[in-house]
Amino acid sequence: MQKHSIYKAFKPFFLLFSIALLTSGSLLATEDSEIHTVDSTEAHEATEALDLHGDTKAADEHGSEAFNAGDMIMHHVTDAHDIHMMDIGGHAISIPLPIILYSVGDGLSVFMSSKFEHGHAEHNGYILQHEHIYKRDVNQSEDPASQGFLAENLGGIFSGKPGAFVDLSITKTTFGILLTVLIMFFVFMSIAKSYKRSPNEAPKGMQSLMEPIILFVRDEIAKPSVGPRYEKFLPYLLTIFFFIWTANMLGLIPFIGGFNVTGNIAVTLVLALFTFVITNVSGNKYYWKHVLAPDIPLWLYPLMIPIEIMGVFIKPIVLCARLFANITAGHIIILAFMSLIFIFANQYGTGAGFGVSIVSLAFAIFMNIMEILVAFLQAYVFTLLSALYFGAAVEEHH
Amino acid sequence: MEILTILLDLANAYMGAGIGAGVAAIGAGIGIGRIGGSALESMARQPEAISDIRANMIVAAALVEGAAFFGIIVCLLIALK
Repeated sequence: MQKHSIYKAFKPFFLLFSIALLTSGSLLATEDSEIHTVDSTEAHEATEALDLHGDTKAADEHGSEAFNAGDMIMHHVTDAHDIHMMDIGGHAISIPLPIILYSVGDGLSVFMSSKFEHGHAEHNGYILQHEHIYKRDVNQSEDPASQGFLAENLGGIFSGKPGAFVDLSITKTTFGILLTVLIMFFVFMSIAKSYKRSPNEAPKGMQSLMEPIILFVRDEIAKPSVGPRYEKFLPYLLTIFFFIWTANMLGLIPFIGGFNVTGNIAVTLVLALFTFVITNVSGNKYYWKHVLAPDIPLWLYPLMIPIEIMGVFIKPIVLCARLFANITAGHIIILAFMSLIFIFANQYGTGAGFGVSIVSLAFAIFMNIMEILVAFLQAYVFTLLSALYFGAAVEEHH
Repeated sequence: MEILTILLDLANAYMGAGIGAGVAAIGAGIGIGRIGGSALESMARQPEAISDIRANMIVAAALVEGAAFFGIIVCLLIALK
């Protein structure tokens, strides 16, 4: 009886979710048509003819009807300068984001990404090609392969090279991070307020939702792994746990363009860097003794010392790569299942597409549910391993 | 010289990526299979520790799967470049 009522409660949720997945999948089909729209003004023709990456050839080979699964997947998984939600009849529907560029000669340029018109227009001497920004080279320097445009050049800013610029825009990933931070602030400040207001009453509302999870992090992750000094590290562990979990969950929402925050290796690298810095700064002399002068026979030293020193660096790198690979691979699998529909439709006709869509949709829904588990699990594993490293760093002599 | 031209052929890179992804999946399968197997055995021996064992099994599976994912990402980078 209880199982039946749970099913009834979740039925509208599943229905809505599958409708959202199906419509977002079908609207993705018009992806490639925007590459081939030709505009009449000169600047538009110039940007269309520009082929700074040399890979628009592949689309032309198959004709404008072809669905390039690899391109579509990479476009959704990598960063972008606007939040691209769908294409309707060749027009892209997207939320523009601020572009912030600083260049040596022209100073700071701030404008919305809609001025680029999805890569078809030039603005202030900058163009957007395949989600990279290039600046028109007024000095006509360097190699003809650049076709009169310069790529981003951070070193050039410090050396004052004319035409060097750096791209500091609010991209989709940055916006995702800001959104995660906003959600976390909203949730946790309201919980803190209710704790301060009524400290000895039973928790209710958002408090009662978050309290078991916070206690879970403290009692299952921090206390057993760090040991008696866990309170020093608890704020960092809680922050990282909820940040990774919220960022992972944000990437699972189907329609709004998919924020691949933790699937960006720069983001996970910074998180791993935090763990690395905190571990080594709070390492006591027994920690360093274990790394640099462990209690082993002398003839093992040439073997163990390099391994231990590499281990100090490799452990955070592995943390970074594990989170990045798990989340990115999950997104790619879901996108690949949805592209299967269009690959079949292009090869064998629309009927085959419809037939495959049932199977594809079932698998995509299953993968999405699995990704919800993975979102929590990866946050748990990252936090647990960070706690274990902190525990090893502050461990007292037996 | 022939070997070099064969090795530098781009098509072999794609084949290598495919085989690599398959081998990574085999590795993950073996690892997680062993974890699941021993977890189930120990659950049968001690039913009162089932929830503890289940939690640790999931953690170990996530760590092993991380290793498989390194291989998958490398193969994906080969195939998509």
